[in-house]
Amino acid sequence: MSVPASPKNISRRDFLRSSGLTGAALCLGFYFPASAEAPKIINQAEAEQFGIEMNSWIYIDTSGKVTLVSHRAEMGQGVYQSIPQIIAEELEVNLNDVNIIFAKGNKEKYGNQITGGSSTIRGSYKHLLNLSATAREMLIAAAAAKWDVPASECHAEAGTVIHKSSGRKLHYGELVVDASKLPAPKNVTLKKTSEYKLIRKPLHRQDTALKTNGTAVFGLDKKIPGMLYAMVERNPRFLGKVKSFDDTDTRKIPGVTHVFKVRMGVHNTFREGVAVVANSTWAALQGKKALKVEWDDSGFEHVSTEDLYSRMKTILNTQEGLSFRKKGDPTPIIEQAQKKIDVVYETPYQSHSCLEPLNCVAHYQGDQIEIWGPIQAPDWIQDYVSKDLGLPKEKVIVNMTFLGGGFGRKAFMDYPHEAAVISKEIKGPVQVVWTREDDMTQGPYRPGICYRCEGVVTNGEIDAFKVRFAGQNIGHWQGAPKDKPNGSTTEGFLKAYYDNIQNISFADVPFETPIPPLWWRSVYASTNGFAYESFMDELAIAAGKDPLVFRKQYAKEERCQQLINKLEEVSGWKNRKKGYGVAITECFGTTVGQVVKISRQADGKIKIDQVWAVIDCGWYVNPDTIKAQVEGSIVMALGAATIHEITFDNGMVVQKNFYAYNMPRISDVPPVEVHIMENSADAAGVGEPGLPPFAPALTNAIYDLTGKRIRKLPFSMAAI
Amino acid sequence: MISLNVNRHNYEVDVDPDMPLLWVIRDVLGLTGTKYGCGVAQCGACTVHLNGEAVRSCVTKVKRAEGQKVITIEGLSEANNHPLQQAWAEIDVPQCGYCHSGQLMSAAVLLRENPHPTDEDIDDAMAGNICRCGTYLRIRKAIHIAAEMQQKGS
Repeated sequence: MSVPASPKNISRRDFLRSSGLTGAALCLGFYFPASAEAPKIINQAEAEQFGIEMNSWIYIDTSGKVTLVSHRAEMGQGVYQSIPQIIAEELEVNLNDVNIIFAKGNKEKYGNQITGGSSTIRGSYKHLLNLSATAREMLIAAAAAKWDVPASECHAEAGTVIHKSSGRKLHYGELVVDASKLPAPKNVTLKKTSEYKLIRKPLHRQDTALKTNGTAVFGLDKKIPGMLYAMVERNPRFLGKVKSFDDTDTRKIPGVTHVFKVRMGVHNTFREGVAVVANSTWAALQGKKALKVEWDDSGFEHVSTEDLYSRMKTILNTQEGLSFRKKGDPTPIIEQAQKKIDVVYETPYQSHSCLEPLNCVAHYQGDQIEIWGPIQAPDWIQDYVSKDLGLPKEKVIVNMTFLGGGFGRKAFMDYPHEAAVISKEIKGPVQVVWTREDDMTQGPYRPGICYRCEGVVTNGEIDAFKVRFAGQNIGHWQGAPKDKPNGSTTEGFLKAYYDNIQNISFADVPFETPIPPLWWRSVYASTNGFAYESFMDELAIAAGKDPLVFRKQYAKEERCQQLINKLEEVSGWKNRKKGYGVAITECFGTTVGQVVKISRQADGKIKIDQVWAVIDCGWYVNPDTIKAQVEGSIVMALGAATIHEITFDNGMVVQKNFYAYNMPRISDVPPVEVHIMENSADAAGVGEPGLPPFAPALTNAIYDLTGKRIRKLPFSMAAI
Repeated sequence: MISLNVNRHNYEVDVDPDMPLLWVIRDVLGLTGTKYGCGVAQCGACTVHLNGEAVRSCVTKVKRAEGQKVITIEGLSEANNHPLQQAWAEIDVPQCGYCHSGQLMSAAVLLRENPHPTDEDIDDAMAGNICRCGTYLRIRKAIHIAAEMQQKGS
């Protein structure tokens, strides 16, 4: 192995300290050599010898228990289950013997830790399989040496190495010390899919018990000795400042200890507010309510939803935008066509509204700060807080708790940064709690977008397909150049469609507002999917073709064909009556097709009778987790399509709590049937791709039943 | 001082009598299984039992609970073995899990009052509990499973 240029002297104690693991063990992990892309596997002795800090690693102790230090968060998507399932498979241990602990933020050690882009499993499963198989081979080698037999005569199962011909057995715990002295083998053979005993099985989640008896520790449940509670009255307009404040009444509230002005980073801007610190959440809330703050709201636009959408539609009529992807040239065909489709789809701003409101604990201790919270990106927070507080990175310790929902919002740095600033000011531990109103009115939001889609159908074929979208570019808030197109303009749209349409173009017309935008579950695919799959439906109808057959004609790629065939079969598409809609989208490498069936009830209301979903995410771990993620994505999509939206008036958000930004309730949810495609392709995303096709499948079904084309979300089901 | 009986234990707490029961349970007694979600009785994450009835602890002043019997998720069963908890585990209902303390407390009252609820009964009884992860289909199914378990057990 290659020796790092400047080896650090890392003692075993230092090495394990941060995870609370000690004692004799086989400890095996990764490091990323500077010269190579792929991580290499090393054992602890090698790591210590060469002063290497290992990446995600597994630790097997003398009782045979396995601990994985995971660098990614659990926010409901199921990695707490799927990672142990991967490890137990190749390591040949019982699933119950694998525990997972969450790593602290450390980009150098773990690489990018953002739990986003549905990337946790697809980004790490091959490494984890290799790591586990390597540990297994080392344990087998240790046993073989003890028995003085060839390793090839031994195998492992259920945490035990077995020499079949003599019947001798040794438990992993008895072998870890010997195994830890062996070098990690370079090449190990991984199981074939058909040999899996755990992977691809619908095994139970390991965190269910914790989540049904109140013991799971979410961010809001984190308590540390001496901790105070803080709430912040933030400017209700996004770029506004604090002009002055009067805290006379606040300071009269028993329990209030500190009141001061704070600011926290929001992308490349800052948000200002007044913090109230107290000895209970309730006292802090009372103190916040008693504040009188005068805001400085000069120097930026006070937007209203009506103006925003009217502006978006205007620029779509006057500007060609920044071309992102283009093949052939649809524009002259559209200009010369006698008959064309030229329509605008509108999608709303959305709040993430995780059920656990934002919160964060910070403990500033002079030369270092420790942070605990429901956090999707601990390494980003470490980096940001380190720069802002002027502390070395290793002195910013960021811990992930369970997340009470994330959906992209908890990958943002504002709330931990704010907690860090407040803790520094009071020089002690504090938990900053956002009220639901704070959480809902402060953003950032999924950006609202208008899409102008123009198309020409000639002899039943798409002759021209042209999309322009006007909507905020999240990248612009993070420093991306404003003269470059939005790289997310085609997200959601099947690549296979693109390849088989001769004249097609996508562009975005730059649109800026003072409203901070952010990724929201499935990001731009969540809105693009509605526009593009509604438009495909309109084109299919213009071509006089069956909407599903029409899609199959353009999605010629083999896996797409198989998925569409499956969708056709499970939904009974060929024998359908009225009220069926279909949509297919691509998101984070995964394709999902959905068919929605609706009917009109005796009372005149539209009912969703059934949703069929077919997902192709390649290699996968737990079919039940995938089904759960698709079911949940459909409910989230139902809310965003038919129930709630964020609107603005005079620069402020109108919806302040669930009475105005309501959620789907149990009675709103249709039956959902999920099917998973089986193939040997690489793993792709699971947590988000089930969301984008639902809204267009629903509105396409409404068109099928009623002839009414819905081009604006959200819409009221009751009004159809 | 306010006397409380929470999960069959007596407590004396020195708090503002207007403080919502939610914050007393969480911040003063340290029982964090009961969740804050909205503060205005809209989401149900804070549901506890007050003398056997499901109440929203975020809008229930602690003085209203004085001398009364409060049960939180931590006290729903001895060993995480209420039929609902078992049913929740059987079909892996939770995703993020944040709302499920409240979901279980609401469902427990339903099952006690109506041992054989229909889908409509469940929809009515559970309408006040939001799940942002969208686990509703499994919640409904798990309540039916728990009802069967309860029947077999009795």
